[in-house]
Amino acid sequence: MTDLSEIAGKTWDVIVVGGGNAALCAAIEAAEAGTSVLLLESAPKPYRGGNSRHTRNFRCMHEGPLSVLTGSYGEDEYFDDLIKVTGGETDETLARMTIRESERCLPWMEAHGVRFQPSLSGTLSLGRTNAFFLGGGKALVNAYYNTAEDLGVTVAYEAEVTHISITDDHFESADVRSGNEQVNARGRTLVMASGGFQADLDWLAEAWGPAARNFLIRGTPYNRGVVLKDMLGQGAVSVGDPTQCHAVAIDGRGPRYDGGIVTRLDCVPFSIVVNRNGERFYDEGEDVWPKRYAIWGRLVAAEPDQVAYSIIDAKSIDAFMPSVYPPEQADTIEGLAQRLGLPGAKVKETVETFNAACRPGDFAPTELDGLATEGITPAKTNWARPITEPPFYGYPLRPGVTFTYLGLKVDERARVSGGYGPFQNIWAAGEVMAGSILGKGYLAGFGMTIGTVFGRLAGREAAAHVR
Amino acid sequence: MSASSDKVDELLADGRRQVEICNACRYCEGFCSVFPAITRKRQFADGDLTQLANLCHNCRACYYACQYTEPHEFALNLPRVLAELRVQSWERFAWPGPLARLFQRNGSALGIAMALGFALILFALQALRPESGEGFYAHLSHGVMVAIFLPAFLLPLVAIGIGLRRNWREVGGQAVTWSHLAHAAANAGRLQELSGGQGQGCNFEKEDRFSNARRHAHQATLWGFLLCFAATSSGTVLHYAGWPAPYGLFSLPKLLGVPGGLLLVIGAVGLLVLKTKADRNLGAPSVWSGEMGFVLLLALTGASGLALYAATGTSLVPALLAVHLGAVLAFFLTTPYSKMAHGFYRFAALVREAQIKAASRG
Repeated sequence: MTDLSEIAGKTWDVIVVGGGNAALCAAIEAAEAGTSVLLLESAPKPYRGGNSRHTRNFRCMHEGPLSVLTGSYGEDEYFDDLIKVTGGETDETLARMTIRESERCLPWMEAHGVRFQPSLSGTLSLGRTNAFFLGGGKALVNAYYNTAEDLGVTVAYEAEVTHISITDDHFESADVRSGNEQVNARGRTLVMASGGFQADLDWLAEAWGPAARNFLIRGTPYNRGVVLKDMLGQGAVSVGDPTQCHAVAIDGRGPRYDGGIVTRLDCVPFSIVVNRNGERFYDEGEDVWPKRYAIWGRLVAAEPDQVAYSIIDAKSIDAFMPSVYPPEQADTIEGLAQRLGLPGAKVKETVETFNAACRPGDFAPTELDGLATEGITPAKTNWARPITEPPFYGYPLRPGVTFTYLGLKVDERARVSGGYGPFQNIWAAGEVMAGSILGKGYLAGFGMTIGTVFGRLAGREAAAHVR
Repeated sequence: MSASSDKVDELLADGRRQVEICNACRYCEGFCSVFPAITRKRQFADGDLTQLANLCHNCRACYYACQYTEPHEFALNLPRVLAELRVQSWERFAWPGPLARLFQRNGSALGIAMALGFALILFALQALRPESGEGFYAHLSHGVMVAIFLPAFLLPLVAIGIGLRRNWREVGGQAVTWSHLAHAAANAGRLQELSGGQGQGCNFEKEDRFSNARRHAHQATLWGFLLCFAATSSGTVLHYAGWPAPYGLFSLPKLLGVPGGLLLVIGAVGLLVLKTKADRNLGAPSVWSGEMGFVLLLALTGASGLALYAATGTSLVPALLAVHLGAVLAFFLTTPYSKMAHGFYRFAALVREAQIKAASRG
């Protein structure tokens, strides 16, 4: 908890709402420009950093080898990758600016305490495009908090911003709640870096339907979108589909919030996936990561009770990254079904039908091997091997929400757009405005790129406004 | 099943749970050898956990980088669970076991051991005072020193040997080659496992800020100790070559011993200070006092040796001789059971790691 009288005692040059990567980049840039900075983090210190604490890499353009990055990754290739996942739902000007700026960000990150390492085991496909943080996102967050502290930034934990006071198009102050106390923090400029709203299950249920109450939230429970909602209510222009969130299929036994990276399950392509009724419902072999990763959350969300079960046999147990919880296990399919709480006879029938539809051929786990079933619907179009070899293993799957798309529209200077043009002294960075650039889908490490580029930009712009 | 083996099982179960979470995450791969060793496995037998525990040098980088530390429900604290597994494994391997329980956990037991060593030397000084002799040999003859210190050196070596054999069996160790030893020595000599992976050091005394203070203090202690040991060995060789003590400053024993003693004292004091600043809950709190006692004993051994040399020719020699030899005696005799055992088991873990890595390269 923070001394609230210190917050209320003066008019700050820059108030940053949020405590993740984008907020920290903004705070550091603004402090380096010589302004007084107050950073308001709604989480307690052990949970500081928003979703950034769960991240692991930074997608970075580079014309040649750069730090831990090999080869080159040019602007056009990067932009093509973005178009592939968004289907064009992006603002090309902002997107290209972000991509170009990423190359200058990496050395800046290193100079401000971030350490990089070559890509982790199991992620070799990202070695050229993504620079991994040594120790992951929390290590990055720690480094930035230390840098910010050394620069004199005032950090308040458990300081939730409940309302932004705006006169005409001018930010005046922020209401801050900490425990049972409430103060008003006056500032000359405001940087919004408060993330999405995915931790507010009521809001998710409003947008998505009641099924959302069965979703797991992969990141911080503190991204409740309070300030986002407040700003939208005061005429800020929104971007991104308000009903959509990015959801992946994760281990259904994971925690409600903050399960992070470890609850991911990579078993789907080697398995058959059945719903609560013991029936298959989609082609498990359609595609490799990351496309598969991106669609299965949605698929499971559409099944009864928002749950599904991935079933493999002994042949496949070592074919993917280990799970955080051991799988359920049995020597017969009925036995496994019983352990998973599924109708045994039906699951047995589903497996037998699937097995009978499998065809001989060469299995190649790392590529689309074309080993497909014949005569069943839905088909499994790759990696279709009969499930015959005990012990049999099963993992429950649930949708895990990573982030929401709804956010604030910003211009090329990161200024938040109001109904009649930008607010005079409000900027936004990170997940709260990422919908402008990533309107749909998911691109590994791109959230951190948007947060870093726009966080730095917003911090510099806010400081320049004060000067 | 006894209460203590229940406790061991509980600790192993928690270690396994934590390591399996790490294996699903892998963010810490770049910090040290522990995480790449984890990723080579899917299931972790008891011996695998023992090996990981001894490979971990408690740099704590993984703790501060971890998304899953308390208050998160996963409640990961890998440095602590590995420290506790390590301590527990040394107690299990030690021969006779109860001595390890005593000296690892209890700093004052080490103090008492030192006092006993001190008393024994005093008794020898009184009862066995030689007719003649030069330097400290005027107070205690070479023959009496050998009679006390030869068994005090060899018995612990036998005990350590037994412990290492038990450890080696548990971790599935294989025949050791020169190349394995060379890899382990290079790693230990540079304290690579405390480098943080990129030379930034550990998260020890400054929480989530990195620092090389502990690595440097430990280097001073390690190399200081080895120099002192070399000084004593060279003195022994010179003695039998017909050149008994006392030695001047420009003799091998002093050229090795004086800088060695200085390094040992500086390093040990540094480690003591750092240890008081670090979070005890990221190590094994049960052995904190024993570890402090051990480092103090090291510091006192070095300081009394230097003082003894400085006091050459004065009336302080008998008293300082008793203090110094008493400390050395206590140090040697408790070696298999005190924190000193860590050097042997960690080295064994580095050798085993070199073997596994060589095998996985094919």
